[in-house]
Amino acid sequence: MIRVVLPAHLKMLAKVSGEVELEVVGTASPASVIDALEERFPMLLGTIRDPLTRQRRKFVRFYACERDLSLEPIDVELPDDVTRGRSPFFVIGAMAGG
Amino acid sequence: MSGVRVLVGTRKGAFILRADGTRKKWDVSGPFFGGWEVFHVKGSPVDPNRIFASQSTSWFGQLIQRSDDGGETWEPVGNQFTYDGVPGTHQWYDGTPHPWEFARVWHLEPSLSDPDTVLAGVEDAALFRSVDGGASWSELSGLRGHDTGSAWQPGAGGMCLHTIIVSPKDPRRIFVAISSAGAFRSDDEGTTWRPINHGLHSEGLPDEDAEVGHCVHRIALHPSNPDVLFMQKHWDVMRSDNAGDSWSEVSGDLPTDFGFAIDVHAHEPETVYVVPITSDSEHFPPEGKLRVYRSRVGGNEWEPLTKGLPQEHCYVDVLRDAMAVDSLEDCGVYFGTTGGQVYASSNSGDSWEPIVRDLPAVLSVEVQTLA
Repeated sequence: MIRVVLPAHLKMLAKVSGEVELEVVGTASPASVIDALEERFPMLLGTIRDPLTRQRRKFVRFYACERDLSLEPIDVELPDDVTRGRSPFFVIGAMAGG
Repeated sequence: MSGVRVLVGTRKGAFILRADGTRKKWDVSGPFFGGWEVFHVKGSPVDPNRIFASQSTSWFGQLIQRSDDGGETWEPVGNQFTYDGVPGTHQWYDGTPHPWEFARVWHLEPSLSDPDTVLAGVEDAALFRSVDGGASWSELSGLRGHDTGSAWQPGAGGMCLHTIIVSPKDPRRIFVAISSAGAFRSDDEGTTWRPINHGLHSEGLPDEDAEVGHCVHRIALHPSNPDVLFMQKHWDVMRSDNAGDSWSEVSGDLPTDFGFAIDVHAHEPETVYVVPITSDSEHFPPEGKLRVYRSRVGGNEWEPLTKGLPQEHCYVDVLRDAMAVDSLEDCGVYFGTTGGQVYASSNSGDSWEPIVRDLPAVLSVEVQTLA
Protein backbone atom coordinates (compact mmCIF):
# COMPACT_ATOMS: atom_id res chain seq x y z
CA MET A 1 0.00 0.00 0.00
CA ILE A 2 1.34 3.42 -0.99
CA ARG A 3 0.27 6.56 0.80
CA VAL A 4 -0.01 9.62 -1.46
CA VAL A 5 -0.37 13.24 -0.39
CA LEU A 6 -1.97 15.46 -3.03
CA PRO A 7 -1.89 19.24 -3.24
CA ALA A 8 -5.05 21.11 -2.27
CA HIS A 9 -6.17 21.79 -5.87
CA LEU A 10 -6.08 18.09 -6.71
CA LYS A 11 -7.70 16.98 -3.47
CA MET A 12 -10.60 19.24 -4.33
CA LEU A 13 -10.78 17.85 -7.84
CA ALA A 14 -10.62 14.23 -6.65
CA LYS A 15 -13.05 15.00 -3.81
CA VAL A 16 -10.76 13.53 -1.16
CA SER A 17 -9.38 14.83 2.09
CA GLY A 18 -6.22 13.64 3.77
CA GLU A 19 -3.97 11.02 2.25
CA VAL A 20 -4.89 8.64 -0.55
CA GLU A 21 -3.97 4.98 -0.16
CA LEU A 22 -3.22 3.02 -3.31
CA GLU A 23 -2.30 -0.54 -4.21
CA VAL A 24 0.38 -0.49 -6.89
CA VAL A 25 1.04 -3.52 -9.05
CA GLY A 26 4.71 -4.32 -9.67
CA THR A 27 7.53 -1.91 -8.93
CA ALA A 28 6.37 1.19 -7.11
CA SER A 29 7.75 4.21 -8.93
CA PRO A 30 6.44 7.72 -9.46
CA ALA A 31 5.09 6.54 -12.82
CA SER A 32 3.26 3.50 -11.47
CA VAL A 33 1.91 5.45 -8.50
CA ILE A 34 0.52 8.13 -10.82
CA ASP A 35 -0.89 5.39 -13.07
CA ALA A 36 -2.74 3.90 -10.10
CA LEU A 37 -3.84 7.33 -8.95
CA GLU A 38 -5.29 8.20 -12.37
CA GLU A 39 -7.03 4.84 -12.61
CA ARG A 40 -8.78 5.41 -9.29
CA PHE A 41 -9.40 9.11 -9.89
CA PRO A 42 -9.86 9.60 -13.65
CA MET A 43 -10.49 13.30 -13.12
CA LEU A 44 -6.79 13.66 -12.33
CA LEU A 45 -5.76 12.54 -15.81
CA GLY A 46 -3.55 15.22 -17.30
CA THR A 47 -3.19 17.24 -14.11
CA ILE A 48 0.09 15.76 -12.83
CA ARG A 49 1.56 14.61 -16.13
CA ASP A 50 1.05 16.29 -19.46
CA PRO A 51 -1.61 14.18 -21.23
CA LEU A 52 0.34 14.12 -24.46
CA THR A 53 3.96 13.67 -23.39
CA ARG A 54 3.18 11.85 -20.09
CA GLN A 55 5.97 13.92 -18.54
CA ARG A 56 5.65 15.61 -15.15
CA ARG A 57 4.16 19.08 -15.44
CA LYS A 58 6.78 21.75 -14.93
CA PHE A 59 5.14 23.22 -11.79
CA VAL A 60 4.67 19.80 -10.16
CA ARG A 61 7.29 18.09 -8.00
CA PHE A 62 7.56 14.63 -6.43
CA TYR A 63 8.97 14.32 -2.90
CA ALA A 64 9.48 11.31 -0.63
CA CYS A 65 11.50 10.67 2.52
CA GLU A 66 12.80 14.25 2.55
CA ARG A 67 14.16 13.87 -0.98
CA ASP A 68 13.15 15.61 -4.20
CA LEU A 69 12.59 12.84 -6.73
CA SER A 70 11.35 15.16 -9.45
CA LEU A 71 14.42 14.95 -11.62
CA GLU A 72 14.96 11.23 -11.13
CA PRO A 73 13.77 8.91 -13.90
CA ILE A 74 9.99 8.65 -13.51
CA ASP A 75 10.17 4.86 -13.33
CA VAL A 76 12.81 4.76 -10.58
CA GLU A 77 11.80 2.57 -7.63
CA LEU A 78 10.49 4.53 -4.66
CA PRO A 79 12.28 4.34 -1.27
CA ASP A 80 11.54 1.34 0.90
CA ASP A 81 9.75 3.46 3.49
CA VAL A 82 7.28 4.56 0.82
CA THR A 83 6.67 1.11 -0.63
CA ARG A 84 6.04 -0.23 2.88
CA GLY A 85 3.61 2.55 3.68
CA ARG A 86 5.72 4.04 6.45
CA SER A 87 6.19 7.34 4.65
CA PRO A 88 4.01 9.06 2.03
CA PHE A 89 4.77 10.00 -1.55
CA PHE A 90 4.13 13.72 -2.01
CA VAL A 91 2.79 15.37 -5.18
CA ILE A 92 3.63 19.03 -4.72
CA GLY A 93 2.52 22.11 -6.61
CA ALA A 94 5.25 24.73 -6.90
CA MET A 95 4.90 27.42 -4.28
CA ALA A 96 2.82 30.39 -5.39
CA GLY A 97 2.44 33.68 -3.69
CA GLY A 98 3.46 37.26 -3.86
CA MET B 1 -41.86 32.70 -13.73
CA SER B 2 -38.99 33.85 -15.89
CA GLY B 3 -35.55 34.38 -14.45
CA VAL B 4 -31.89 34.80 -15.21
CA ARG B 5 -28.75 32.92 -14.33
CA VAL B 6 -25.50 34.84 -14.57
CA LEU B 7 -22.45 32.61 -15.02
CA VAL B 8 -19.26 34.23 -13.80
CA GLY B 9 -15.72 32.97 -14.37
CA THR B 10 -12.99 34.44 -12.15
CA ARG B 11 -9.30 34.07 -11.37
CA LYS B 12 -10.17 31.85 -8.41
CA GLY B 13 -13.29 29.94 -9.31
CA ALA B 14 -16.76 30.22 -10.83
CA PHE B 15 -19.90 31.75 -9.39
CA ILE B 16 -23.56 31.54 -10.33
CA LEU B 17 -25.87 34.48 -9.65
CA ARG B 18 -29.60 33.79 -9.88
CA ALA B 19 -32.63 36.09 -9.86
CA ASP B 20 -36.24 36.00 -10.94
CA GLY B 21 -37.46 38.13 -13.81
CA THR B 22 -37.55 41.27 -11.72
CA ARG B 23 -33.77 41.01 -11.24
CA LYS B 24 -34.00 42.76 -7.89
CA LYS B 25 -32.91 40.05 -5.46
CA TRP B 26 -29.94 37.84 -6.22
CA ASP B 27 -28.82 34.49 -4.91
CA VAL B 28 -25.07 33.98 -5.17
CA SER B 29 -23.57 30.48 -5.20
CA GLY B 30 -19.94 29.45 -5.43
CA PRO B 31 -17.07 29.40 -5.58
CA PHE B 32 -17.10 26.35 -7.81
CA PHE B 33 -13.59 25.00 -8.52
CA GLY B 34 -12.17 27.37 -5.89
CA GLY B 35 -8.55 28.30 -6.45
CA TRP B 36 -8.66 27.47 -10.16
CA GLU B 37 -8.86 30.00 -12.97
CA VAL B 38 -12.19 29.76 -14.74
CA PHE B 39 -11.86 31.54 -18.04
CA HIS B 40 -15.39 30.87 -19.27
CA VAL B 41 -18.72 29.36 -18.25
CA LYS B 42 -21.53 29.04 -20.77
CA GLY B 43 -24.84 27.21 -20.98
CA SER B 44 -26.39 25.34 -23.86
CA PRO B 45 -29.13 27.33 -25.62
CA VAL B 46 -30.86 24.00 -26.30
CA ASP B 47 -30.73 22.65 -22.76
CA PRO B 48 -30.16 25.48 -20.26
CA ASN B 49 -29.41 23.01 -17.49
CA ARG B 50 -26.33 21.89 -19.40
CA ILE B 51 -23.45 24.24 -18.62
CA PHE B 52 -19.80 23.95 -19.58
CA ALA B 53 -16.90 25.53 -17.68
CA SER B 54 -13.25 25.93 -18.55
CA GLN B 55 -11.14 25.34 -15.44
CA SER B 56 -7.35 25.60 -15.46
CA THR B 57 -4.18 26.51 -13.64
CA SER B 58 -0.61 26.80 -14.82
CA TRP B 59 0.22 24.07 -12.29
CA PHE B 60 -2.26 21.35 -13.14
CA GLY B 61 -3.43 22.17 -16.65
CA GLN B 62 -6.84 22.23 -18.25
CA LEU B 63 -10.10 20.66 -17.21
CA ILE B 64 -13.55 20.98 -18.70
CA GLN B 65 -16.41 20.72 -16.24
CA ARG B 66 -20.01 20.01 -17.20
CA SER B 67 -23.18 20.44 -15.22
CA ASP B 68 -26.46 18.87 -16.29
CA ASP B 69 -28.53 20.40 -13.51
CA GLY B 70 -28.10 24.11 -13.99
CA GLY B 71 -24.87 24.38 -12.07
CA GLU B 72 -25.88 22.53 -8.90
CA THR B 73 -23.38 19.72 -9.49
CA TRP B 74 -20.43 19.36 -11.84
CA GLU B 75 -18.38 16.55 -13.32
CA PRO B 76 -15.10 16.81 -15.20
CA VAL B 77 -15.34 15.64 -18.80
CA GLY B 78 -12.60 15.42 -21.43
CA ASN B 79 -9.44 17.50 -21.18
CA GLN B 80 -7.36 16.17 -24.05
CA PHE B 81 -6.79 18.96 -26.55
CA THR B 82 -4.32 17.54 -29.05
CA TYR B 83 -3.43 19.53 -32.12
CA ASP B 84 -4.10 17.75 -35.38
CA GLY B 85 -0.93 16.41 -37.02
CA VAL B 86 2.45 18.06 -36.54
CA PRO B 87 1.62 21.44 -35.02
CA GLY B 88 4.51 23.40 -36.54
CA THR B 89 5.29 26.93 -35.44
CA HIS B 90 3.84 30.40 -35.19
CA GLN B 91 5.75 33.60 -34.52
CA TRP B 92 6.90 34.40 -31.01
CA TYR B 93 6.84 37.95 -29.60
CA ASP B 94 10.30 38.59 -31.01
CA GLY B 95 9.37 37.31 -34.45
CA THR B 96 11.18 33.98 -34.18
CA PRO B 97 9.36 30.68 -34.85
CA HIS B 98 7.76 29.15 -31.77
CA PRO B 99 6.14 25.72 -31.47
CA TRP B 100 2.38 25.60 -31.10
CA GLU B 101 1.71 24.68 -27.45
CA PHE B 102 -1.65 24.16 -25.80
CA ALA B 103 -2.09 26.36 -22.73
CA ARG B 104 -5.81 26.68 -21.89
CA VAL B 105 -9.36 27.01 -23.14
CA TRP B 106 -10.44 30.64 -23.31
CA HIS B 107 -13.96 30.28 -24.64
CA LEU B 108 -16.63 27.59 -24.87
CA GLU B 109 -19.45 27.98 -27.38
CA PRO B 110 -22.26 25.43 -27.06
CA SER B 111 -24.17 24.60 -30.22
CA LEU B 112 -27.38 26.43 -31.02
CA SER B 113 -29.08 23.14 -31.96
CA ASP B 114 -27.39 20.17 -30.25
CA PRO B 115 -26.69 20.01 -26.49
CA ASP B 116 -23.83 17.53 -27.05
CA THR B 117 -21.91 19.78 -29.44
CA VAL B 118 -19.65 22.53 -28.19
CA LEU B 119 -16.76 24.49 -29.67
CA ALA B 120 -13.67 25.49 -27.71
CA GLY B 121 -11.29 28.32 -28.51
CA VAL B 122 -7.85 27.68 -27.07
CA GLU B 123 -4.40 29.17 -26.55
CA ASP B 124 -2.20 28.69 -28.61
CA ALA B 125 -4.89 29.65 -31.06
CA ALA B 126 -6.95 26.79 -32.40
CA LEU B 127 -10.55 25.70 -32.55
CA PHE B 128 -11.71 22.36 -31.15
CA ARG B 129 -15.11 20.67 -31.29
CA SER B 130 -16.77 18.07 -29.11
CA VAL B 131 -19.86 16.21 -30.29
CA ASP B 132 -20.20 14.09 -27.14
CA GLY B 133 -20.88 16.64 -24.47
CA GLY B 134 -17.23 17.47 -23.90
CA ALA B 135 -15.99 13.91 -23.40
CA SER B 136 -13.63 14.13 -26.37
CA TRP B 137 -12.28 16.94 -28.51
CA SER B 138 -10.97 17.16 -32.04
CA GLU B 139 -9.36 20.10 -33.74
CA LEU B 140 -10.93 21.91 -36.68
CA SER B 141 -7.44 22.26 -38.04
CA GLY B 142 -8.28 24.12 -41.22
CA LEU B 143 -8.09 27.29 -39.17
CA ARG B 144 -4.64 26.81 -37.67
CA GLY B 145 -3.53 25.34 -40.98
CA HIS B 146 -4.46 28.50 -42.85
CA ASP B 147 -1.64 29.79 -45.05
CA THR B 148 -1.07 32.65 -42.64
CA GLY B 149 -0.90 30.49 -39.49
CA SER B 150 2.87 30.43 -39.24
CA ALA B 151 2.86 34.26 -39.18
CA TRP B 152 0.39 34.65 -36.30
CA GLN B 153 1.80 36.25 -33.15
CA PRO B 154 0.55 36.32 -29.56
CA GLY B 155 -0.89 39.37 -27.89
CA ALA B 156 0.18 40.26 -24.37
CA GLY B 157 -2.29 37.76 -22.92
CA GLY B 158 -1.10 34.91 -25.10
CA MET B 159 -2.11 33.75 -28.57
CA CYS B 160 -5.71 33.04 -27.71
CA LEU B 161 -8.77 32.20 -29.74
CA HIS B 162 -11.27 34.08 -27.60
CA THR B 163 -14.35 34.75 -29.72
CA ILE B 164 -16.54 32.10 -31.36
CA ILE B 165 -19.88 32.98 -32.96
CA VAL B 166 -22.00 30.51 -34.90
CA SER B 167 -24.41 32.30 -37.19
CA PRO B 168 -27.98 31.87 -35.95
CA LYS B 169 -29.21 31.84 -39.54
CA ASP B 170 -26.65 29.52 -41.06
CA PRO B 171 -24.93 27.00 -38.76
CA ARG B 172 -22.29 26.40 -41.43
CA ARG B 173 -21.03 29.93 -40.86
CA ILE B 174 -18.64 30.45 -37.91
CA PHE B 175 -16.77 33.59 -36.92
CA VAL B 176 -13.71 33.47 -34.67
CA ALA B 177 -11.22 36.05 -33.45
CA ILE B 178 -7.63 35.57 -32.32
CA SER B 179 -5.28 37.89 -30.48
CA SER B 180 -3.37 38.95 -32.35
CA ALA B 181 -4.05 37.33 -35.71
CA GLY B 182 -7.44 38.92 -36.36
CA ALA B 183 -10.88 37.71 -37.37
CA PHE B 184 -11.64 34.67 -39.51
CA ARG B 185 -14.79 33.20 -41.06
CA SER B 186 -15.74 29.73 -42.15
CA ASP B 187 -18.74 29.07 -44.37
CA ASP B 188 -18.45 25.29 -44.23
CA GLU B 189 -18.80 24.42 -40.51
CA GLY B 190 -15.17 25.10 -39.74
CA THR B 191 -13.46 23.10 -42.46
CA THR B 192 -11.93 26.02 -44.35
CA TRP B 193 -11.32 29.59 -43.22
CA ARG B 194 -10.46 32.97 -44.55
CA PRO B 195 -9.26 36.12 -42.78
CA ILE B 196 -11.89 38.87 -42.60
CA ASN B 197 -9.79 41.87 -41.65
CA HIS B 198 -10.18 44.21 -44.62
CA GLY B 199 -10.59 47.72 -43.28
CA LEU B 200 -8.78 47.10 -39.99
CA HIS B 201 -5.85 49.40 -39.43
CA SER B 202 -3.32 48.68 -36.69
CA GLU B 203 -0.34 50.81 -35.84
CA GLY B 204 2.50 48.60 -34.76
CA LEU B 205 2.24 46.27 -37.74
CA PRO B 206 4.85 46.64 -40.49
CA ASP B 207 1.90 46.78 -42.91
CA GLU B 208 -0.80 48.58 -40.95
CA ASP B 209 -3.52 47.18 -43.24
CA ALA B 210 -2.18 43.62 -43.27
CA GLU B 211 -4.38 40.63 -44.00
CA VAL B 212 -3.62 39.19 -40.53
CA GLY B 213 -1.90 40.40 -37.37
CA HIS B 214 -4.63 42.64 -35.93
CA CYS B 215 -5.35 42.41 -32.22
CA VAL B 216 -9.10 41.88 -32.28
CA HIS B 217 -10.43 41.89 -28.73
CA ARG B 218 -14.01 40.75 -29.29
CA ILE B 219 -16.80 40.52 -31.87
CA ALA B 220 -20.55 40.59 -31.23
CA LEU B 221 -23.66 40.38 -33.38
CA HIS B 222 -27.43 40.48 -33.05
CA PRO B 223 -29.12 37.15 -33.86
CA SER B 224 -31.67 38.80 -36.15
CA ASN B 225 -29.00 40.40 -38.28
CA PRO B 226 -25.98 38.08 -38.31
CA ASP B 227 -24.27 39.79 -41.22
CA VAL B 228 -23.76 42.89 -39.09
CA LEU B 229 -20.75 42.50 -36.82
CA PHE B 230 -19.44 44.85 -34.16
CA MET B 231 -15.81 44.62 -33.09
CA GLN B 232 -13.77 46.01 -30.24
CA LYS B 233 -10.24 45.98 -31.57
CA HIS B 234 -7.18 46.76 -29.46
CA TRP B 235 -7.75 50.32 -30.54
CA ASP B 236 -10.88 51.18 -32.59
CA VAL B 237 -14.49 50.08 -32.47
CA MET B 238 -15.42 48.66 -35.86
CA ARG B 239 -18.53 47.59 -37.77
CA SER B 240 -19.09 45.29 -40.71
CA ASP B 241 -22.33 45.09 -42.70
CA ASN B 242 -21.25 42.19 -44.85
CA ALA B 243 -20.27 39.39 -42.44
CA GLY B 244 -16.76 40.70 -42.09
CA ASP B 245 -15.88 41.15 -45.77
CA SER B 246 -15.04 44.75 -44.92
CA TRP B 247 -14.99 46.91 -41.80
CA SER B 248 -15.42 50.59 -41.03
CA GLU B 249 -14.59 52.44 -37.87
CA VAL B 250 -17.48 53.55 -35.64
CA SER B 251 -15.53 54.81 -32.62
CA GLY B 252 -17.04 58.25 -33.22
CA ASP B 253 -17.21 60.35 -30.06
CA LEU B 254 -15.99 57.76 -27.55
CA PRO B 255 -13.53 59.19 -25.01
CA THR B 256 -11.08 56.45 -26.00
CA ASP B 257 -11.58 53.64 -28.45
CA PHE B 258 -9.39 51.15 -26.60
CA GLY B 259 -11.28 48.45 -24.73
CA PHE B 260 -12.08 44.78 -24.54
CA ALA B 261 -15.81 44.10 -24.14
CA ILE B 262 -18.55 44.76 -26.68
CA ASP B 263 -22.11 43.49 -26.89
CA VAL B 264 -25.44 44.12 -28.61
CA HIS B 265 -28.86 44.76 -27.05
CA ALA B 266 -31.11 41.70 -27.09
CA HIS B 267 -33.97 43.40 -28.95
CA GLU B 268 -32.39 46.37 -30.72
CA PRO B 269 -29.86 45.26 -33.34
CA GLU B 270 -28.36 48.73 -33.64
CA THR B 271 -27.87 49.27 -29.90
CA VAL B 272 -24.29 48.48 -28.94
CA TYR B 273 -22.39 48.63 -25.65
CA VAL B 274 -18.68 49.13 -25.01
CA VAL B 275 -16.59 49.97 -21.94
CA PRO B 276 -13.83 52.37 -22.96
CA ILE B 277 -10.48 51.74 -21.29
CA THR B 278 -7.81 54.43 -21.20
CA SER B 279 -5.08 52.78 -23.25
CA ASP B 280 -3.14 49.61 -23.88
CA SER B 281 -0.80 50.47 -21.03
CA GLU B 282 -3.40 51.97 -18.70
CA HIS B 283 -5.96 49.22 -18.32
CA PHE B 284 -8.49 51.29 -16.37
CA PRO B 285 -11.32 53.66 -17.25
CA PRO B 286 -10.50 57.23 -18.30
CA GLU B 287 -10.49 59.72 -15.42
CA GLY B 288 -11.20 56.93 -12.92
CA LYS B 289 -14.87 56.92 -14.01
CA LEU B 290 -16.44 53.58 -14.87
CA ARG B 291 -18.70 54.29 -17.83
CA VAL B 292 -20.49 51.99 -20.22
CA TYR B 293 -21.08 53.69 -23.55
CA ARG B 294 -24.18 52.92 -25.57
CA SER B 295 -24.86 53.68 -29.19
CA ARG B 296 -28.47 53.43 -30.35
CA VAL B 297 -27.51 53.88 -33.98
CA GLY B 298 -24.94 51.18 -34.57
CA GLY B 299 -21.91 53.23 -33.63
CA ASN B 300 -20.30 56.65 -34.08
CA GLU B 301 -22.71 58.39 -31.69
CA TRP B 302 -22.22 57.20 -28.12
CA GLU B 303 -23.75 58.17 -24.77
CA PRO B 304 -22.15 57.50 -21.38
CA LEU B 305 -24.16 55.36 -18.96
CA THR B 306 -23.05 56.21 -15.45
CA LYS B 307 -25.99 55.95 -13.07
CA GLY B 308 -25.02 53.54 -10.31
CA LEU B 309 -21.42 53.12 -11.51
CA PRO B 310 -18.44 54.57 -9.60
CA GLN B 311 -17.50 57.97 -11.00
CA GLU B 312 -14.32 58.57 -9.08
CA HIS B 313 -11.23 56.59 -8.11
CA CYS B 314 -12.21 53.57 -10.16
CA TYR B 315 -9.30 51.76 -11.77
CA VAL B 316 -10.67 48.35 -12.72
CA ASP B 317 -10.70 46.73 -16.15
CA VAL B 318 -13.53 44.95 -17.96
CA LEU B 319 -12.17 42.01 -19.90
CA ARG B 320 -13.29 40.82 -23.32
CA ASP B 321 -15.68 38.05 -22.30
CA ALA B 322 -16.99 39.88 -19.24
CA MET B 323 -20.13 41.50 -20.70
CA ALA B 324 -23.44 39.87 -21.63
CA VAL B 325 -27.12 40.64 -22.09
CA ASP B 326 -30.29 38.79 -21.15
CA SER B 327 -33.32 38.61 -23.39
CA LEU B 328 -36.07 39.59 -20.97
CA GLU B 329 -38.54 42.17 -22.27
CA ASP B 330 -36.54 45.03 -20.76
CA CYS B 331 -33.08 43.94 -21.78
CA GLY B 332 -30.65 43.28 -18.94
CA VAL B 333 -26.99 44.16 -19.39
CA TYR B 334 -24.26 42.69 -17.18
CA PHE B 335 -20.53 43.12 -16.85
CA GLY B 336 -17.79 42.06 -14.45
CA THR B 337 -14.59 43.82 -13.48
CA THR B 338 -11.08 42.88 -12.50
CA GLY B 339 -11.97 44.37 -9.11
CA GLY B 340 -14.51 41.59 -8.55
CA GLN B 341 -17.72 43.54 -9.08
CA VAL B 342 -20.54 42.26 -11.27
CA TYR B 343 -22.84 45.10 -12.30
CA ALA B 344 -26.33 44.59 -13.68
CA SER B 345 -28.76 46.87 -15.43
CA SER B 346 -32.36 45.79 -15.84
CA ASN B 347 -33.21 48.72 -18.11
CA SER B 348 -30.88 48.48 -21.08
CA GLY B 349 -28.08 50.28 -19.28
CA ASP B 350 -29.94 53.37 -18.02
CA SER B 351 -28.99 52.51 -14.44
CA TRP B 352 -26.77 49.94 -12.76
CA GLU B 353 -26.46 48.10 -9.48
CA PRO B 354 -23.76 45.73 -8.28
CA ILE B 355 -24.97 42.16 -7.81
CA VAL B 356 -21.74 41.35 -5.97
CA ARG B 357 -18.80 43.57 -5.12
CA ASP B 358 -15.96 41.40 -3.91
CA LEU B 359 -15.41 38.39 -6.13
CA PRO B 360 -11.95 37.51 -7.43
CA ALA B 361 -11.04 39.28 -10.66
CA VAL B 362 -13.80 38.55 -13.17
CA LEU B 363 -12.70 36.91 -16.41
CA SER B 364 -16.07 36.22 -18.02
CA VAL B 365 -19.78 36.84 -17.66
CA GLU B 366 -22.53 34.98 -19.49
CA VAL B 367 -26.27 35.15 -18.95
CA GLN B 368 -28.98 32.55 -19.36
CA THR B 369 -32.54 33.79 -19.69
CA LEU B 370 -34.77 31.12 -18.21
CA ALA B 371 -38.41 30.50 -19.08
